[in-house]
Amino acid sequence: MSDKETTLDFDTDWSYSPAPQSSTEVKLRDRYNLFIGGKYQPSQTKDYLEIINPATEEKLSEVPQAGAADIQSAVEAAREAYTHTWSPMPAADRGKLIFRIARMIQERAREIAVIETMDGGKPIRESRDVDVPLAAAHFFYYAGWADKLDYAFPGRSAQPIGVAAQIIPWNFPLLMAAWKLAPALAAGNTLVLKPAETTPLTAMVLAEIVREAGIPPGVVNIVTGGGETGQILVRHPDVDKIAFTGSTAVGKEIMRTLAGSTKRYTLELGGKAANIIFADAALDQAVEGIIDSIFFNQGHVCCAGSRLFVQESVYAEVIKKLQERMEMLIVGNPLDKNTDIGAINSREQLERIQAFVEIGKQEGGEVYQSKCNLPDNGFWHAPTLFSNVSQSHRVVQEEIFGPVLAVQTFRTVDEVIEKANNTPYGLSGGVWTDKGAKIFKVTREIRAGVIWANTFNKFDPTSPFGGYKESGMGREGGVEGLMPYVRLDG
Amino acid sequence: MNNLRPMHTVDQIGVQERVKRLKARSIKQKSKLHALTLTLSMIDLTTLEGRDSPSKVRQLCYKATHLHEKFPGIPHVAAVCVYAPMIKVAKEALRGSSVKVAAVATAFPSGMATLETKLAEVNQAVQDGTDEVDMVISRGRLLSGEHDYVAEEIARVKELCGQAHLKVILETGELVTLDNVRAASYLAMRAGANFIKTSTGKVQPAATPEVTLVMMQAIRDYHHESGRRVGLKPAGGISKAKQAIQYLVMLRETLGQAWLTPDLFRFGASSLANDVLMQIVKQSTGIYQSPNYFSID
Repeated sequence: MSDKETTLDFDTDWSYSPAPQSSTEVKLRDRYNLFIGGKYQPSQTKDYLEIINPATEEKLSEVPQAGAADIQSAVEAAREAYTHTWSPMPAADRGKLIFRIARMIQERAREIAVIETMDGGKPIRESRDVDVPLAAAHFFYYAGWADKLDYAFPGRSAQPIGVAAQIIPWNFPLLMAAWKLAPALAAGNTLVLKPAETTPLTAMVLAEIVREAGIPPGVVNIVTGGGETGQILVRHPDVDKIAFTGSTAVGKEIMRTLAGSTKRYTLELGGKAANIIFADAALDQAVEGIIDSIFFNQGHVCCAGSRLFVQESVYAEVIKKLQERMEMLIVGNPLDKNTDIGAINSREQLERIQAFVEIGKQEGGEVYQSKCNLPDNGFWHAPTLFSNVSQSHRVVQEEIFGPVLAVQTFRTVDEVIEKANNTPYGLSGGVWTDKGAKIFKVTREIRAGVIWANTFNKFDPTSPFGGYKESGMGREGGVEGLMPYVRLDG
Repeated sequence: MNNLRPMHTVDQIGVQERVKRLKARSIKQKSKLHALTLTLSMIDLTTLEGRDSPSKVRQLCYKATHLHEKFPGIPHVAAVCVYAPMIKVAKEALRGSSVKVAAVATAFPSGMATLETKLAEVNQAVQDGTDEVDMVISRGRLLSGEHDYVAEEIARVKELCGQAHLKVILETGELVTLDNVRAASYLAMRAGANFIKTSTGKVQPAATPEVTLVMMQAIRDYHHESGRRVGLKPAGGISKAKQAIQYLVMLRETLGQAWLTPDLFRFGASSLANDVLMQIVKQSTGIYQSPNYFSID
């Protein structure tokens, strides 16, 4: 470093003009209904949830708040379809139908991406390049397994287990639906899917696709509603399996509810991943990876690298690079193709993030926020970095689920492994070093479901994903992702 | 220099991913026009051929100062880049304008000459009045680990340059790895380069976005280390306006405001100017014109 502090000025004379993705081709209905038994049905509760665009706070549509009677008819439809249509169907035919879903998602990719962005606030670049293509890829992948289950489990006979209740979160609405639907359908199960309270709209498009693809009525049922609807679904006696992705608190509640029952369950819960930069890392690319790992989808990512450990000899340099890079993040209209960081998903989540930042400051953390102009309407949070914090600070311990990074230093390999494991979570992690041997040592000793080396947030349907400890149980993706949906005989 | 920590490495995959992201920036309307105009003002209009003649150089100089007079407000290019024997011709042709003359030297493009020969060539070029010297480094020496030799070569040339600006051509197409690109960038900057430049244009690949990004990051890190601002010139292979805008996006998002000027960023190109002009006319009139409306020299 030179004697004089040097700073780069990113508030340039030349800035990018708005480049919004057109949303004129997207036709949202004023009101959506439940998708039960292949038909759209109004809820018997007559209660509706208002669905808003978090970037503008404008109402987009409304969806029913399903009650016990709705869940009853959805589960009945699923049971009926399981017994009489879907499980007896030749597996190759099931595969064909799932392929068709994948292709139809591709055909409507742009429309779905725009809806996902309007409904959830994520940048169009992400919904277009990540969410929608990955969702299609999951259907393609599991469609291929449908008639090859004997090869997935050699020497065993894989049978479906029945009706699955699937509850998904608001951070990747369509993608999480794909993770849930694809393996369940491939293995011959039927299901009732409940999208998240704030982001049900792409699931409504998925219902259209399921119908047009020719999936028999009742195989896929989609019910909307909040936490209460989810509870009713989990408790329903004729559900054989629960698949849940969401917060650890709700995951624990589900486990309590299911205690003593024979229902199977898989839970994909929270995380507080450690990202570790060693002094020998390719620093510019490591910094880029850190930015991607914490600010991707506004930090609403269960596997986000929210705890950063930097080896002390490069700490000052890494912090400077991170801050410089944060200044170049474009925060704003999620539909703009140049936007890097979109809107926070809901007011509730924004308040939660703000509360954590406040806690971090009170605990003595040093805070740095990028100097971006946040829009007046909608829910926004500037990219935030906490330094001067330790393992005992709450911003280091708890999952914030927002664009907030906590940075600590370390000196030795053993020290950082111990600190990385010093958390109730164990979903993901990242290691940045030029030394292969270090990668093997560190990734072997960190207890987390997925650990990336010199990269982050790489997803593929062939690769299993899931957590250790309070980050959940069961795996989604890959052959392992079929396991929760089959009964192995023989 | 007592910083014992080895210079950090470069991850090629990471660089490619970053470049892909930056290339995806959507530059439209006003911002596009601004970028196009900026591009024009940053061009080193180049002719480096064995068959160059005084009349060809004069034509090029005329074009440099009269880009497209039907459209007022269009800037002239930054410089004209020629072989050393053409310096006087170019100086004469550009008299009265602020377009600079840049001359390649030090046994361009191979750099295969003794240091004495190279220094004599630079000396002559400076005597002839060149504003900028574009030197090539001895890549063979660099790759075989003779870093001190290359550093001294650059420092000696710099000494002779006097008021003339020194651009150091790394010829990244011969440097094999991005780690070498970063190392060579540092070596040139520490030895006194005013600019670092990717390529001669005679070796493929010439400028690539990946190499250019790595050089930008080296310039940024060196700036923080020394306080000095070193310029950058990607050269060779940039012939379309769209490519040029992608380079400017990288520049803006890596180095920021201070580098968005011809004083610190240049494009070495021969056919880029016409494509940029065509795009500017299209932005203003809404229609593409035939390339025949733009004079080729």
